[in-house]
Amino acid sequence: MSLTTTSFDWVRQLVHRESAIVLQPGKEYLVEARLLPIARRAGLTDVSSFVESVRTRPSPDNTRAIVEALTTNETSWFRDGDPFTALTSTVLPSLLAARGPSARLQIWSAACSSGQEAYTIGMLLEDALPNAASRVSITATDISREMVERTRAGRFSQLEVNRGLPAPMLVRHFVRAGTEWQVAPQLRRMVTASECNLAAPLPRMGPFDVVYLRNVLIYFDLSTKQAILRRVRDLMRPDGWLFLGAAETTLGVDDSWERVVVGRSSAYRPLKGK
Amino acid sequence: MRALVIDDSRAMRRIVSGILEGLGYETQQAGHGREGLDVLEGGWVPDLVCVDWNMPVMDGLQFVSAARSNPAWRSMTIMMVTSESEHTQIVRALAAGAHEYVIKPFTADAIRDKLALLGLLPQEALL
Repeated sequence: MSLTTTSFDWVRQLVHRESAIVLQPGKEYLVEARLLPIARRAGLTDVSSFVESVRTRPSPDNTRAIVEALTTNETSWFRDGDPFTALTSTVLPSLLAARGPSARLQIWSAACSSGQEAYTIGMLLEDALPNAASRVSITATDISREMVERTRAGRFSQLEVNRGLPAPMLVRHFVRAGTEWQVAPQLRRMVTASECNLAAPLPRMGPFDVVYLRNVLIYFDLSTKQAILRRVRDLMRPDGWLFLGAAETTLGVDDSWERVVVGRSSAYRPLKGK
Repeated sequence: MRALVIDDSRAMRRIVSGILEGLGYETQQAGHGREGLDVLEGGWVPDLVCVDWNMPVMDGLQFVSAARSNPAWRSMTIMMVTSESEHTQIVRALAAGAHEYVIKPFTADAIRDKLALLGLLPQEALL
Protein backbone atom coordinates (compact mmCIF):
# COMPACT_ATOMS: atom_id res chain seq x y z
CA MET A 1 0.00 0.00 0.00
CA SER A 2 1.43 3.37 -0.94
CA LEU A 3 1.63 6.23 1.53
CA THR A 4 -1.76 7.83 2.17
CA THR A 5 -2.24 11.59 2.25
CA THR A 6 -3.20 11.40 5.94
CA SER A 7 -0.04 9.48 6.82
CA PHE A 8 2.18 11.82 4.81
CA ASP A 9 0.62 14.92 6.39
CA TRP A 10 1.06 13.48 9.87
CA VAL A 11 4.74 12.72 9.18
CA ARG A 12 5.24 16.22 7.73
CA GLN A 13 3.77 17.83 10.82
CA LEU A 14 5.75 15.61 13.18
CA VAL A 15 9.05 16.34 11.41
CA HIS A 16 8.31 20.07 11.29
CA ARG A 17 7.37 20.17 14.98
CA GLU A 18 10.41 18.21 16.12
CA SER A 19 13.06 19.58 13.78
CA ALA A 20 11.51 22.55 11.92
CA ILE A 21 12.43 20.81 8.68
CA VAL A 22 9.85 21.34 5.95
CA LEU A 23 8.93 18.28 3.88
CA GLN A 24 7.28 19.69 0.79
CA PRO A 25 4.41 17.86 -0.93
CA GLY A 26 6.02 15.61 -3.52
CA LYS A 27 8.46 14.17 -0.98
CA GLU A 28 6.24 11.14 -0.39
CA TYR A 29 8.86 8.97 -2.08
CA LEU A 30 11.46 10.14 0.45
CA VAL A 31 9.19 9.26 3.38
CA GLU A 32 8.49 5.85 1.82
CA ALA A 33 12.16 5.12 1.19
CA ARG A 34 13.43 6.27 4.59
CA LEU A 35 10.67 4.72 6.71
CA LEU A 36 10.34 1.35 5.01
CA PRO A 37 13.31 -0.22 6.87
CA ILE A 38 11.85 0.99 10.19
CA ALA A 39 8.38 -0.33 9.28
CA ARG A 40 9.91 -3.71 8.46
CA ARG A 41 11.82 -3.79 11.72
CA ALA A 42 8.47 -3.19 13.44
CA GLY A 43 7.06 -6.26 11.67
CA LEU A 44 4.94 -4.33 9.15
CA THR A 45 5.11 -4.60 5.39
CA ASP A 46 4.26 -1.03 4.38
CA VAL A 47 4.95 2.50 5.56
CA SER A 48 1.32 3.62 5.85
CA SER A 49 0.49 0.83 8.32
CA PHE A 50 3.56 1.76 10.35
CA VAL A 51 2.73 5.48 10.38
CA GLU A 52 -0.87 4.71 11.32
CA SER A 53 0.26 2.53 14.22
CA VAL A 54 2.56 5.27 15.52
CA ARG A 55 -0.07 7.97 14.94
CA THR A 56 -2.73 6.15 16.95
CA ARG A 57 -0.33 4.97 19.66
CA PRO A 58 2.65 7.34 19.68
CA SER A 59 5.78 6.23 21.47
CA PRO A 60 8.89 8.38 21.97
CA ASP A 61 11.12 5.72 20.38
CA ASN A 62 9.04 5.44 17.22
CA THR A 63 8.48 9.15 16.72
CA ARG A 64 12.19 9.74 17.27
CA ALA A 65 13.03 7.02 14.74
CA ILE A 66 10.80 8.70 12.15
CA VAL A 67 12.30 12.14 12.70
CA GLU A 68 15.84 10.76 12.59
CA ALA A 69 15.19 8.79 9.42
CA LEU A 70 13.98 11.91 7.67
CA THR A 71 16.60 14.34 8.91
CA THR A 72 19.79 12.44 8.19
CA ASN A 73 21.50 12.73 4.88
CA GLU A 74 24.01 10.89 2.82
CA THR A 75 27.44 12.31 3.23
CA SER A 76 30.88 11.63 1.90
CA TRP A 77 34.45 12.68 2.56
CA PHE A 78 35.45 16.00 1.04
CA ARG A 79 31.84 16.46 -0.09
CA ASP A 80 31.84 19.39 -2.56
CA GLY A 81 35.57 19.81 -1.88
CA ASP A 82 35.94 23.59 -2.35
CA PRO A 83 35.08 24.63 1.24
CA PHE A 84 37.80 22.26 2.46
CA THR A 85 40.34 23.62 0.00
CA ALA A 86 39.37 27.10 1.26
CA LEU A 87 40.07 26.04 4.86
CA THR A 88 43.72 25.28 4.29
CA SER A 89 44.44 27.75 1.49
CA THR A 90 42.80 30.88 2.93
CA VAL A 91 40.99 30.53 6.24
CA LEU A 92 43.76 28.88 8.23
CA PRO A 93 46.53 31.29 7.10
CA SER A 94 44.21 34.22 7.80
CA LEU A 95 43.34 33.00 11.30
CA LEU A 96 46.97 32.27 12.16
CA ALA A 97 48.03 35.70 10.88
CA ALA A 98 45.40 37.37 13.07
CA ARG A 99 45.82 35.26 16.20
CA GLY A 100 49.46 34.21 16.09
CA PRO A 101 51.04 31.00 14.79
CA SER A 102 50.30 28.99 17.92
CA ALA A 103 46.64 30.01 18.23
CA ARG A 104 44.03 27.51 19.35
CA LEU A 105 41.15 27.00 16.95
CA GLN A 106 37.55 25.97 17.51
CA ILE A 107 35.58 24.60 14.61
CA TRP A 108 31.94 23.51 14.44
CA SER A 109 30.57 20.93 12.06
CA ALA A 110 26.84 21.58 12.45
CA ALA A 111 24.56 18.79 11.20
CA CYS A 112 27.55 16.45 11.11
CA SER A 113 25.64 13.33 10.07
CA SER A 114 27.95 10.32 10.57
CA GLY A 115 31.02 12.50 11.06
CA GLN A 116 32.73 12.60 7.67
CA GLU A 117 32.81 16.40 7.56
CA ALA A 118 34.23 16.77 11.08
CA TYR A 119 36.93 14.16 10.45
CA THR A 120 37.73 15.61 7.02
CA ILE A 121 38.40 18.96 8.71
CA GLY A 122 40.46 17.18 11.38
CA MET A 123 42.59 15.33 8.81
CA LEU A 124 43.32 18.51 6.89
CA LEU A 125 44.34 20.39 10.03
CA GLU A 126 46.46 17.49 11.31
CA ASP A 127 48.32 17.53 8.00
CA ALA A 128 48.64 21.34 7.93
CA LEU A 129 49.32 22.33 11.55
CA PRO A 130 52.05 21.21 13.93
CA ASN A 131 50.54 19.83 17.17
CA ALA A 132 47.03 20.09 15.73
CA ALA A 133 45.70 17.60 18.25
CA SER A 134 46.40 19.97 21.13
CA ARG A 135 45.40 23.17 19.32
CA VAL A 136 42.26 22.32 17.42
CA SER A 137 38.93 21.30 18.84
CA ILE A 138 36.15 20.28 16.49
CA THR A 139 32.58 20.24 17.77
CA ALA A 140 30.33 17.96 15.72
CA THR A 141 26.59 18.18 16.30
CA ASP A 142 23.54 16.53 14.81
CA ILE A 143 19.87 16.27 15.67
CA SER A 144 20.09 12.49 15.43
CA ARG A 145 21.31 10.53 18.45
CA GLU A 146 22.27 7.66 16.15
CA MET A 147 24.42 9.95 14.00
CA VAL A 148 26.10 11.46 17.07
CA GLU A 149 26.97 7.99 18.31
CA ARG A 150 28.32 7.04 14.89
CA THR A 151 30.45 10.19 14.84
CA ARG A 152 31.81 9.41 18.31
CA ALA A 153 32.71 5.87 17.29
CA GLY A 154 34.46 7.10 14.16
CA ARG A 155 33.94 3.73 12.46
CA PHE A 156 33.19 3.51 8.78
CA SER A 157 32.40 0.66 6.42
CA GLN A 158 34.46 -0.22 3.40
CA LEU A 159 31.82 1.37 1.17
CA GLU A 160 31.92 4.58 3.20
CA VAL A 161 35.69 4.98 3.05
CA ASN A 162 35.51 4.48 -0.71
CA ARG A 163 33.34 7.61 -1.02
CA GLY A 164 35.75 10.44 -1.73
CA LEU A 165 38.41 9.74 0.89
CA PRO A 166 41.85 10.00 -0.72
CA ALA A 167 43.81 6.77 -0.20
CA PRO A 168 46.87 8.56 1.26
CA MET A 169 44.59 10.06 3.94
CA LEU A 170 42.97 6.72 4.62
CA VAL A 171 46.31 5.11 5.43
CA ARG A 172 47.52 8.10 7.45
CA HIS A 173 44.45 8.68 9.59
CA PHE A 174 42.62 5.35 9.89
CA VAL A 175 43.24 1.91 11.30
CA ARG A 176 41.50 -1.32 10.37
CA ALA A 177 38.84 -2.44 12.86
CA GLY A 178 37.59 -5.84 11.74
CA THR A 179 35.82 -5.34 8.43
CA GLU A 180 35.57 -1.60 9.05
CA TRP A 181 37.97 1.33 9.35
CA GLN A 182 38.24 3.49 12.44
CA VAL A 183 39.55 7.03 12.73
CA ALA A 184 42.92 6.97 14.52
CA PRO A 185 42.67 7.77 18.26
CA GLN A 186 44.56 11.07 18.04
CA LEU A 187 42.16 12.43 15.42
CA ARG A 188 39.14 11.06 17.25
CA ARG A 189 40.19 12.99 20.35
CA MET A 190 40.00 16.26 18.38
CA VAL A 191 36.31 15.75 17.71
CA THR A 192 33.58 16.11 20.35
CA ALA A 193 30.14 14.99 19.20
CA SER A 194 26.83 15.93 20.78
CA GLU A 195 23.13 16.16 19.99
CA CYS A 196 21.86 19.56 18.95
CA ASN A 197 18.68 20.73 17.29
CA LEU A 198 19.58 23.79 15.22
CA ALA A 199 15.94 24.91 15.19
CA ALA A 200 15.86 25.24 18.99
CA PRO A 201 17.92 27.42 21.36
CA LEU A 202 21.51 26.21 21.13
CA PRO A 203 23.63 24.96 24.01
CA ARG A 204 26.63 26.99 25.23
CA MET A 205 29.42 26.29 22.75
CA GLY A 206 32.26 28.06 21.02
CA PRO A 207 33.17 30.75 20.32
CA PHE A 208 33.91 29.24 16.93
CA ASP A 209 36.51 30.40 14.44
CA VAL A 210 34.98 28.41 11.59
CA VAL A 211 31.50 26.94 11.18
CA TYR A 212 30.46 24.42 8.54
CA LEU A 213 26.67 24.58 8.22
CA ARG A 214 26.24 22.95 4.86
CA ASN A 215 23.14 21.57 3.18
CA VAL A 216 21.05 22.27 6.27
CA LEU A 217 19.30 25.61 5.67
CA ILE A 218 17.65 24.29 2.49
CA TYR A 219 15.36 22.18 4.65
CA PHE A 220 13.98 25.09 6.68
CA ASP A 221 11.46 27.85 6.06
CA LEU A 222 12.63 31.47 5.93
CA SER A 223 11.96 32.42 9.56
CA THR A 224 13.75 29.29 10.82
CA LYS A 225 16.70 30.01 8.52
CA GLN A 226 16.91 33.52 9.98
CA ALA A 227 16.75 32.22 13.55
CA ILE A 228 19.43 29.59 12.87
CA LEU A 229 21.78 32.13 11.26
CA ARG A 230 21.31 34.49 14.21
CA ARG A 231 22.08 31.77 16.75
CA VAL A 232 25.10 30.58 14.78
CA ARG A 233 26.42 34.15 14.59
CA ASP A 234 26.11 34.48 18.37
CA LEU A 235 28.41 31.46 18.76
CA MET A 236 31.05 32.73 16.33
CA ARG A 237 34.05 34.97 16.84
CA PRO A 238 33.57 38.39 15.18
CA ASP A 239 36.20 37.52 12.57
CA GLY A 240 34.97 33.95 12.07
CA TRP A 241 34.13 32.16 8.85
CA LEU A 242 30.88 30.41 7.96
CA PHE A 243 30.57 27.90 5.13
CA LEU A 244 27.13 27.04 3.75
CA GLY A 245 26.16 24.47 1.10
CA ALA A 246 26.71 25.32 -2.55
CA ALA A 247 22.98 25.95 -3.03
CA GLU A 248 22.63 28.06 0.12
CA THR A 249 23.25 31.72 0.90
CA THR A 250 22.59 34.35 3.55
CA LEU A 251 21.62 36.82 0.80
CA GLY A 252 17.96 37.69 1.09
CA VAL A 253 17.78 35.80 4.38
CA ASP A 254 19.93 37.67 6.89
CA ASP A 255 21.81 40.88 6.00
CA SER A 256 24.27 40.69 8.90
CA TRP A 257 26.77 38.63 6.87
CA GLU A 258 29.37 39.59 4.33
CA ARG A 259 29.85 37.16 1.44
CA VAL A 260 33.50 36.54 0.62
CA VAL A 261 34.71 34.59 -2.39
CA VAL A 262 37.37 32.08 -1.34
CA GLY A 263 38.85 30.24 -4.30
CA ARG A 264 35.94 28.47 -5.96
CA SER A 265 33.65 28.67 -2.95
CA SER A 266 31.95 31.34 -0.88
CA ALA A 267 32.26 31.98 2.83
CA TYR A 268 30.23 34.32 5.03
CA ARG A 269 31.66 36.56 7.73
CA PRO A 270 29.76 38.48 10.40
CA LEU A 271 29.35 42.13 9.43
CA LYS A 272 30.60 44.47 12.12
CA GLY A 273 27.94 46.51 13.87
CA LYS A 274 25.05 44.34 12.73
CA MET B 1 39.88 11.31 -21.91
CA ARG B 2 41.18 7.77 -22.07
CA ALA B 3 41.21 4.97 -19.51
CA LEU B 4 42.77 1.51 -19.52
CA VAL B 5 40.98 -1.07 -17.37
CA ILE B 6 43.08 -4.05 -16.30
CA ASP B 7 41.35 -6.93 -14.53
CA ASP B 8 41.34 -10.69 -15.07
CA SER B 9 37.57 -10.77 -14.54
CA ARG B 10 35.73 -9.93 -17.73
CA ALA B 11 32.64 -8.98 -15.71
CA MET B 12 34.65 -6.55 -13.59
CA ARG B 13 36.31 -5.05 -16.68
CA ARG B 14 32.86 -4.44 -18.16
CA ILE B 15 31.56 -2.85 -14.95
CA VAL B 16 34.51 -0.48 -14.51
CA SER B 17 34.63 0.35 -18.23
CA GLY B 18 30.87 0.97 -18.23
CA ILE B 19 31.17 3.43 -15.35
CA LEU B 20 34.05 5.26 -17.01
CA GLU B 21 32.34 5.37 -20.40
CA GLY B 22 29.24 6.76 -18.69
CA LEU B 23 31.46 9.59 -17.43
CA GLY B 24 32.74 10.29 -20.93
CA TYR B 25 35.90 8.16 -21.10
CA GLU B 26 37.15 6.23 -24.10
CA THR B 27 38.33 2.88 -22.71
CA GLN B 28 40.47 -0.13 -23.54
CA GLN B 29 40.70 -3.35 -21.55
CA ALA B 30 43.43 -5.81 -20.63
CA GLY B 31 43.21 -9.15 -18.76
CA HIS B 32 46.44 -8.83 -16.74
CA GLY B 33 49.37 -6.51 -16.12
CA ARG B 34 51.47 -7.75 -19.04
CA GLU B 35 48.60 -7.17 -21.47
CA GLY B 36 48.21 -3.73 -19.96
CA LEU B 37 51.88 -2.92 -20.61
CA ASP B 38 51.43 -4.17 -24.19
CA VAL B 39 48.68 -1.59 -24.70
CA LEU B 40 50.94 1.19 -23.37
CA GLU B 41 53.94 0.02 -25.39
CA GLY B 42 51.68 0.01 -28.45
CA GLY B 43 51.39 3.78 -28.00
CA TRP B 44 47.90 4.00 -26.47
CA VAL B 45 48.78 5.93 -23.32
CA PRO B 46 45.66 6.80 -21.29
CA ASP B 47 44.99 9.52 -18.73
CA LEU B 48 43.85 6.91 -16.21
CA VAL B 49 44.59 3.25 -15.50
CA CYS B 50 42.27 1.23 -13.24
CA VAL B 51 44.12 -1.92 -12.28
CA ASP B 52 43.21 -4.96 -10.16
CA TRP B 53 45.81 -6.46 -7.81
CA ASN B 54 45.52 -10.25 -8.06
CA MET B 55 45.85 -11.38 -11.68
CA PRO B 56 47.73 -14.13 -13.52
CA VAL B 57 50.96 -13.50 -15.52
CA MET B 58 51.59 -10.03 -14.04
CA ASP B 59 49.78 -8.73 -10.98
CA GLY B 60 48.65 -5.16 -10.38
CA LEU B 61 51.51 -4.20 -8.10
CA GLN B 62 54.09 -5.40 -10.66
CA PHE B 63 52.21 -3.45 -13.32
CA VAL B 64 52.30 -0.26 -11.22
CA SER B 65 56.07 -0.61 -10.64
CA ALA B 66 56.72 -1.31 -14.33
CA ALA B 67 54.51 1.55 -15.51
CA ARG B 68 56.14 3.98 -13.08
CA SER B 69 59.63 3.07 -14.31
CA ASN B 70 58.93 4.53 -17.76
CA PRO B 71 59.18 8.35 -17.76
CA ALA B 72 57.02 8.53 -20.90
CA TRP B 73 54.05 7.32 -18.88
CA ARG B 74 54.56 9.62 -15.92
CA SER B 75 51.47 11.73 -16.61
CA MET B 76 49.25 8.66 -16.34
CA THR B 77 47.18 8.41 -13.15
CA ILE B 78 46.96 4.90 -11.71
CA MET B 79 44.10 3.80 -9.49
CA MET B 80 44.06 0.32 -8.01
CA VAL B 81 40.60 -1.27 -7.91
CA THR B 82 40.92 -4.40 -5.84
CA SER B 83 39.52 -6.55 -3.05
CA GLU B 84 42.86 -6.29 -1.21
CA SER B 85 41.76 -4.22 1.75
CA GLU B 86 44.55 -4.42 4.33
CA HIS B 87 46.19 -1.21 5.49
CA THR B 88 49.65 -2.53 4.60
CA GLN B 89 48.56 -3.44 1.05
CA ILE B 90 47.25 0.07 0.41
CA VAL B 91 50.53 1.52 1.69
CA ARG B 92 52.48 -0.81 -0.65
CA ALA B 93 50.39 0.20 -3.65
CA LEU B 94 50.81 3.92 -2.95
CA ALA B 95 54.55 3.47 -2.34
CA ALA B 96 54.86 1.68 -5.70
CA GLY B 97 53.30 4.69 -7.41
CA ALA B 98 49.54 4.20 -7.45
CA HIS B 99 47.70 7.51 -6.89
CA GLU B 100 44.42 6.14 -5.64
CA TYR B 101 42.90 2.98 -4.32
CA VAL B 102 39.30 1.73 -4.50
CA ILE B 103 38.36 -1.32 -2.50
CA LYS B 104 35.87 -3.83 -3.95
CA PRO B 105 32.94 -3.89 -3.58
CA PHE B 106 32.41 -0.32 -4.71
CA THR B 107 29.65 1.79 -6.22
CA ALA B 108 29.75 3.92 -9.36
CA ASP B 109 29.66 6.96 -7.06
CA ALA B 110 32.89 5.80 -5.41
CA ILE B 111 34.70 5.83 -8.77
CA ARG B 112 33.21 9.20 -9.62
CA ASP B 113 34.23 10.66 -6.22
CA LYS B 114 37.80 9.45 -6.65
CA LEU B 115 38.05 10.87 -10.17
CA ALA B 116 36.72 14.19 -8.87
CA LEU B 117 39.49 14.20 -6.24
CA LEU B 118 42.07 13.50 -8.90
CA GLY B 119 40.70 16.19 -11.22
CA LEU B 120 39.95 13.50 -13.78
CA LEU B 121 36.23 13.96 -14.32
CA PRO B 122 35.68 14.81 -17.99
CA GLN B 123 33.93 18.14 -18.52
CA GLU B 124 30.64 16.53 -19.56
CA ALA B 125 30.53 14.59 -16.26
CA LEU B 126 30.78 17.84 -14.31
CA LEU B 127 27.59 19.24 -15.84
